[in-house]
Amino acid sequence: MTIPAPAPPRFPALAAFAALLARDLTVLRKQPADFITRTIIQPVLFVFVLGYISPRISQPAAGSATQTATTLLAGMLAIVILFQGLFAVALPLVADFGYTREIDDRLLAPLPAWAVAIEKITLGTIQGLLAALVIFPLAIFIPAAPPALHIHWAVLLTLAPLAALMCASLGLFLGTAMDPRLTMALFAVLITPLMWLGATLFPWSALHVIPWVQGLALADPLTYASEGLRAAVTSQPHLSLLVIYPVLAGATGLLLWQATRLFTRRVIS
Amino acid sequence: MTRAPATAPGPATPPEAAAGAAVLTERLGKTYPGGTVAVAGLDLAVRRGEVLALLGPNGAGKSTTAGMLTTTVRPTSGRAWVAGIDVAAAPARVHRHIGVVPQRNTLDRRLNVRDNLIFHGRYFGMRPVTARATTARLLEQVSLANAAGQRVDELSGGMAQRLMIARAILHGPEVLFLDEPTTGLDPQSRLAVHDIITSLRAAGQTILLITHDMTEADALAGRVAIIDHGRLLALDTPAALKRSVRGGTTVTVTADGTSPVHLAAALAAGVPGARDARPLGDAVLLTVDDGQPVLPAVLTAAEACHARVREVRADPPTLETVFIQLTGKELRDS
Repeated sequence: MTIPAPAPPRFPALAAFAALLARDLTVLRKQPADFITRTIIQPVLFVFVLGYISPRISQPAAGSATQTATTLLAGMLAIVILFQGLFAVALPLVADFGYTREIDDRLLAPLPAWAVAIEKITLGTIQGLLAALVIFPLAIFIPAAPPALHIHWAVLLTLAPLAALMCASLGLFLGTAMDPRLTMALFAVLITPLMWLGATLFPWSALHVIPWVQGLALADPLTYASEGLRAAVTSQPHLSLLVIYPVLAGATGLLLWQATRLFTRRVIS
Repeated sequence: MTRAPATAPGPATPPEAAAGAAVLTERLGKTYPGGTVAVAGLDLAVRRGEVLALLGPNGAGKSTTAGMLTTTVRPTSGRAWVAGIDVAAAPARVHRHIGVVPQRNTLDRRLNVRDNLIFHGRYFGMRPVTARATTARLLEQVSLANAAGQRVDELSGGMAQRLMIARAILHGPEVLFLDEPTTGLDPQSRLAVHDIITSLRAAGQTILLITHDMTEADALAGRVAIIDHGRLLALDTPAALKRSVRGGTTVTVTADGTSPVHLAAALAAGVPGARDARPLGDAVLLTVDDGQPVLPAVLTAAEACHARVREVRADPPTLETVFIQLTGKELRDS
């Protein structure tokens, strides 16, 4: 009944990493409804209410609807990326660390525990970018007037992955740092301020009229993601890229380090 | 990111014994933060191809020991090698050589029965086509071929357990760890799991079987290690362990014509080697050492006090007798 051990691949840890990712992508592919609903509903409603209904009710001056749509575009990209980081990485950890300990089989794969954590972040990053791709055309076509698009490819192609990586790391950090039973409750408490203060529904520069809120927004990592994406797809005023890149990179590094450390401590007693 | 193993300094290469044994521990210990000592200097060797049962009451350190050998618990002292590899120094390399069936159902609920096995194979570097072929063969062997497309949360306890065993052996591990594999199963499922273990043993699979169940250990294991308070109390074949028990055989004598109290006194005095004789209902329980011929002496002593013997029954010692004598207590939960 025993099975002869197969010849090990040349890089067993890499092969295991790829297989873990393949498993997650298979699950994602087989249950697209999950992904679509949790990705789309909230941002689509934002775009619909703020970008379509609102301008039509208040019959704005020409240009204002376009301006709203333009502001929302970057904000919605940031929001879906944040949601993926939390839902694709933090939520599954509830099952992983919960009673069933579904993660145990993956932890026994021939790779170190921290690499299992990195795989989860990789998946969250991929899902965040996919979600951004899905929401992008919707944020263009739903509003009453189309946004003024100015795509800066070099910024978009570097900043979107960095923002997705930061949000996925944040997801792993939150998922490992807190008691799985509290995850849902903490989500409600955390998501809303992160989202509303994260320069998603207005550009950060517009906050200059309320300096203390403008200052507070700088503590929200999402601000840097939305402002960076604003720089990537519009020509609106935005925080300097010289600030955005280092802050996003620094936050990502810090979260990655802490999250993998907490994860390892959690799975190995 | 790799951590230095928090163990006592020792030789970088495993001792010769570690290369020869499937599992070797050397004064292996685990003290949890807060000071709870779960395992206190355990020395244990599992030979290649044997089934070794780890028997002990709850809290004896069985699961912590298994955790350290399967790299989910970091040892705080001593060392351990599985398949010649230091578990603290190279956990990811150990994974390749071990298969684990944990106490809880850890199947992947997002995947169906077949995909649970296929992806497990791929984690271990199998090509998809090989993983699929191996999966098909294993599902046949554990009688789950008809359930291949089912969701795993639709499986019965017995089916889930068979699937977890199939998953654990899929990558051809050198050592298979079974943590209470039949706890909570109905009798049929229990037998099915026992059959699987028996055929694995026949094929030369090294197995570390953690169990509460004395009859299971007796039936399946070549050797039994009894541990309590994180220490090894005894390690031998079930037969030798039972022979070692003093006063392990219970002889039940039922007789008419005299009171059990009188009969008990007569037997205690008249049977050489009697360790204890006490009345119980209308019978007398006589405790003697194992393998001692007592029937003639029982009959003579009974006749002397005018008792007419109706029935004499001798019960040889069981592993439970050994267990209770060593740990000084009944199983805390089984």
